Amino acid sequence: MSSHTSRYSLANLIRHGLTGHRGWTPAWRHPEPKPEYDAIIVGGGGHGLASAYYLAKNHGMTNIAVLEKGWLGGGNTGRNTTIVRSNYLLDGNAKFYEHGMKLWEGLSQDLNYNVMFSQRGVLNLAHTKGQLETFRRRGNAMHLNGIDAEILNRDDVAKFVPSMNMSPDARFPVEGGLLQPRGGTARHDAVAWGYARGADQRGVDIIQNCEVTGIRRDQNGVVGVETSRGYIATKKIGLAVAGHSTQLAAMADVRLPIESHVLQAMVSEPVKPVLDTVITFGAAHLYVSQSDKGELVMGGDIDGYNSFAQRGSLAIVEHVTTCLMALFPQFSRLAILRTWGGIMDMTTDGSPIIGTTPVPGLFLNGGWCYGGFKATPASGWVFAHTVATGQPHVLNAELSLDRFHTGRVLDEKGAGPYPWLH
Amino acid sequence: MILLTCPHCGPRGISEFTYRGDATVARPTAPEGVDDTSWVEYLHLRDNHKGPHDELWHHVQGCRRWLRVRRDVVTHKVISCCDLAGDPAGDVAESNP
Repeated sequence: MSSHTSRYSLANLIRHGLTGHRGWTPAWRHPEPKPEYDAIIVGGGGHGLASAYYLAKNHGMTNIAVLEKGWLGGGNTGRNTTIVRSNYLLDGNAKFYEHGMKLWEGLSQDLNYNVMFSQRGVLNLAHTKGQLETFRRRGNAMHLNGIDAEILNRDDVAKFVPSMNMSPDARFPVEGGLLQPRGGTARHDAVAWGYARGADQRGVDIIQNCEVTGIRRDQNGVVGVETSRGYIATKKIGLAVAGHSTQLAAMADVRLPIESHVLQAMVSEPVKPVLDTVITFGAAHLYVSQSDKGELVMGGDIDGYNSFAQRGSLAIVEHVTTCLMALFPQFSRLAILRTWGGIMDMTTDGSPIIGTTPVPGLFLNGGWCYGGFKATPASGWVFAHTVATGQPHVLNAELSLDRFHTGRVLDEKGAGPYPWLH
Repeated sequence: MILLTCPHCGPRGISEFTYRGDATVARPTAPEGVDDTSWVEYLHLRDNHKGPHDELWHHVQGCRRWLRVRRDVVTHKVISCCDLAGDPAGDVAESNP
């Protein structure tokens, strides 16, 4: 652990304030890679850093490293729409994401780092009676798994989001919605930085600008990784590389049920507070919330064709903003400030993969589709367990890679084995 | 927007087309006879190359023909686009940066 003066607290804020804030130390070190580690996590995004943090904290493994080809949180951790929820239908997903929700609720205190978790509620809008019935079913399934869920009728929705167009003449009139009050948003960069700082304080080496270019094996399993900064020996490798899971797994001759697709997000210019919850539009595809800076943060569908380009087409931007206009006509004169894309590893059942692989010592945390950010704490928690013990945690047992062989897939949408439809 | 040069209709934006994924995946001809491993390979496992990718597109808002497209998934450059029926006269090469 670092000295007490680098802890973030009111007392230290005052103490450093009296000395011109010149005493703060960097939040993590920049160590040179050692020749060998007990375990290596590939990928310095939220999932990789959380995995390293819980490996050190829960399993006492501190001779480990996180290797990142760019900079911390520079991939999808910094590109998502920051939504946190656990409103899932299927047991295998619901219990996992709900464990994550409980971790979120204490995360800032646990990390001693403000991740700005705001439980402002996540409201899924229904536009037909039939859709509201399917939401009721999902809400009931959530209750059975101990997750909070409320069905709102039309009047409840109008009261909950007074700024929304509730006219019966709207293009898609609102019938009601499914609200998860404990859902909300968190500051995504802070999640990566908080986990990095926590892992570093426990002795984890976080090595940036270090790209893994190969995985060395012998007959017993993995023995090390080739990197842009030389060879590093290890008996355990955990992959947490989002859109490039296929490429990393291929270094150990493992084929995955994954295609890479681009998902876009965008923000409007900042305005005063107008929206104090997270809305998802059930008629087409839009999710929107307002950031603490005042920007409306929006996302929609993936572009729908394989892509490794971190940019997408304007058709999706148009679709998302059209949906926004349908719900909030008063936003029509807001300018879009920025749009960007991130590469999703879309699985053939739309659910993530966390677990062992056919190669001893090689573990996979990927296939996050749309759902990666909210899963960060739970993902790190169960992946750390999997890497440390060699066996899946009870919460990721159903998220195994071999479910595609046994047929126990977790297809929330019932869309079939088409990654671009999930 | 990416343009696909349909061999029947000419250059059209991809919003006219529906995507049907990896064109190299072939359904086993006698599904009742295949083992689990080859079935999983067909149903789920993909090469997901970072580079030229062969894929199927349906010109659903145009001639309604199925097209086989080779596209670089990093640059979105369309390398070739032809009718799935394999009419050699329908083959066109194009560049679409």
